[in-house]
Amino acid sequence: MQIDNNQLLRFTTAGSVDDGKSTLIGRLLYDSKSIFEDQLESVSNTSAKKGHDGVDLALFTDGLKDEREQGITIDVAYRYFTTPKRKFIIADTPGHIQYTRNMVTGASTANAAVILIDARHGVIEQTKRHSFIASLLNIPHLIVCINKMDLVDYSEEVYNNIVGQFEEFSSKLLMKDVRYIPISALNGDNVVNRSENMAWYQNGTLLSTLENLHISSDINKIDARFPVQTVLRPQSDKFRDYRGYAGRIASGIYRVGDEVAVLPSGFQSKIKSINAGEQEVQEAYAPMSVSITLEDDIDVSRGNMIVKQNNQPEQEQEFDVMLCWLNNEAIKPRAKYTIMHTSNEERAMIKEVVYKMDINTFERNSEDSNLEMNDIARVKIRTTRRLMLDSYRDNRNTGSIILIDESTNETVAAGMIV
Amino acid sequence: MSTQNKYYLNYLDELESEAIYILREVWAQFENPVILFSGGKDSILVTHLAKKAFYPSKIPFALMHVDTGHNFPETIQFRDDLVESLGVKLIVGSVQDSINQGRVSEEKGKNATRNALQITTLLDAIEGNKVDCAIGGGRRDEEKARAKERFFSHRNDFGEWDPKNQRPELWNLLNGKQFEGEHFRAFPISNWTEMDVWNYIKRENISIPSLYYAHEREVVFRSNSWIPMSDFLKLEENEKVHTKKIRFRTLGDITITGGIESDADTLEKIALEVSAMRKTERGDRSDDKRSETAMEDRKKQGYF
Repeated sequence: MQIDNNQLLRFTTAGSVDDGKSTLIGRLLYDSKSIFEDQLESVSNTSAKKGHDGVDLALFTDGLKDEREQGITIDVAYRYFTTPKRKFIIADTPGHIQYTRNMVTGASTANAAVILIDARHGVIEQTKRHSFIASLLNIPHLIVCINKMDLVDYSEEVYNNIVGQFEEFSSKLLMKDVRYIPISALNGDNVVNRSENMAWYQNGTLLSTLENLHISSDINKIDARFPVQTVLRPQSDKFRDYRGYAGRIASGIYRVGDEVAVLPSGFQSKIKSINAGEQEVQEAYAPMSVSITLEDDIDVSRGNMIVKQNNQPEQEQEFDVMLCWLNNEAIKPRAKYTIMHTSNEERAMIKEVVYKMDINTFERNSEDSNLEMNDIARVKIRTTRRLMLDSYRDNRNTGSIILIDESTNETVAAGMIV
Repeated sequence: MSTQNKYYLNYLDELESEAIYILREVWAQFENPVILFSGGKDSILVTHLAKKAFYPSKIPFALMHVDTGHNFPETIQFRDDLVESLGVKLIVGSVQDSINQGRVSEEKGKNATRNALQITTLLDAIEGNKVDCAIGGGRRDEEKARAKERFFSHRNDFGEWDPKNQRPELWNLLNGKQFEGEHFRAFPISNWTEMDVWNYIKRENISIPSLYYAHEREVVFRSNSWIPMSDFLKLEENEKVHTKKIRFRTLGDITITGGIESDADTLEKIALEVSAMRKTERGDRSDDKRSETAMEDRKKQGYF
């Protein structure tokens, strides 16, 4: 295996139980030979117990006791498989009640979203909802799988109609890269192996599409942002004066000698050294975890951001956010929350709900300001101190926030800076 | 021709970077974190990553070992050598002590183990040492209940895990806020698979206990795997002791860890062997075979 070049691709899957999502994931794992014998044996036994013919592929993604009993997915589950070209992480998100909360969670780190459409039903409300979330979360690549083609006689016309429907409604959304693939997860058509039933489809299978997506540009390499996580001060004889600023590069590229500014203070210095573990390097880029030392002895601590002098983020105390409410308990008007943004933590107040989004019709409602679980709204947030911000569209890492309820410590909302 | 550098990571570097990020986040957000150290490859890997995360400082966490008393001697030797070379503190929670204090009682019967007893000892050690975050080497690919774990996993003041009410984890924003008496488990290598672990150990040439390499050993065939002979094993009438060339794929208690027949005596050979494996690594662990939900049930109570 050429480990040196193999990249990691994270994708999320969206669809309801009936769309065959679990079957699709089972098929991907099975046909890519990622299922072990003891797993296969356990699933075969369960399939037989339930009276299914053959192996029920959907059972490979079964998780917790309650999920198996009820035949549903409760929480995001992560699955792994590797091909000679790439390593894949699937965030398998449930399609029912808590769909938005869970899909937003799975989508937040995804390079790609796989959206399933039942060929018999075409684009339905749920498809629009999933696509809207994918676009809101700025997932770089979208793969629309038109599933159950076996039930519509592998008809090219049905496929073309659905593609047409999708093109139509999605023209309102911000999307960069959309692909369509006709599949049958149940029979394995165009999932890993090319279908013999759809000669009219000339493009890649789902797996080959996932293997070939161009993902190395998914992370912003232009705007250098380095949130400081912690300060390393060994105070050993060998490293008496060492002060390393440890963190994971959020975006961009840093080189020794770069002229940098430390925010929010604005002090200027130059990069003296960059370490990746024990190894000293001349340059480093997102998403590497490194430690950086500066030429000058200035005060830097967790929550500060090291940036290039000629490319700096906005520093704001009041800003607009697209907020997704994640908690059972509804928003409390003018309540204070803890806000986490990169390695920074402040207190925040939601000043105003500008509008609530109807994610089925994409319509904005500026009358309704109550936010409950799974609601999405544009809000104005005010923080106790300025944050170093980029818009989420430009930078997923420095454009995202979460809100924490101080009375329960729960993560109640996720936000994307407008 | 000028040489153009590439600006993307390969998957092992990306997994490494993610794990280092999580370890640093643990250090920044908690007062008294420890690494749960079993002497197995996953906790050795976490310790190796912690070394990188804080270089040139020492690892700022103590290692906590829950000692069942049913150990491989090789594991204990390895643990003590590692602790000494790193210059970190070792905290040992002893299951034997918990038994002596009447906190737990030994299981009875042929397949009795101390596996489940560890939960009490672990939670006592966490509470007694005022640990607010225990870093573990759990991986989501290991078991279906673990597939649902967060990087930062909240435990209530009984040390319990509530899989249906977990905090959502978005982007790389980790919420480690807790009330008095609660604690967190952190899983920096959540996204690694067994294969990733071996490829990385090979790449970094990380030292691991000799038990992982093929060696000759006296074993008994039980529950479909080769269980090593030890003072703790009671032979059944029809059981025979064999001498086999075996190695261990995972390390747990000497009483429940089954070996596999193998000639793999180098990291290269082990990685090659693992890549051709058709069974999951926990398939040889009798603690997971007790029922469909053995891991889920133990995890809810506070298991590793």
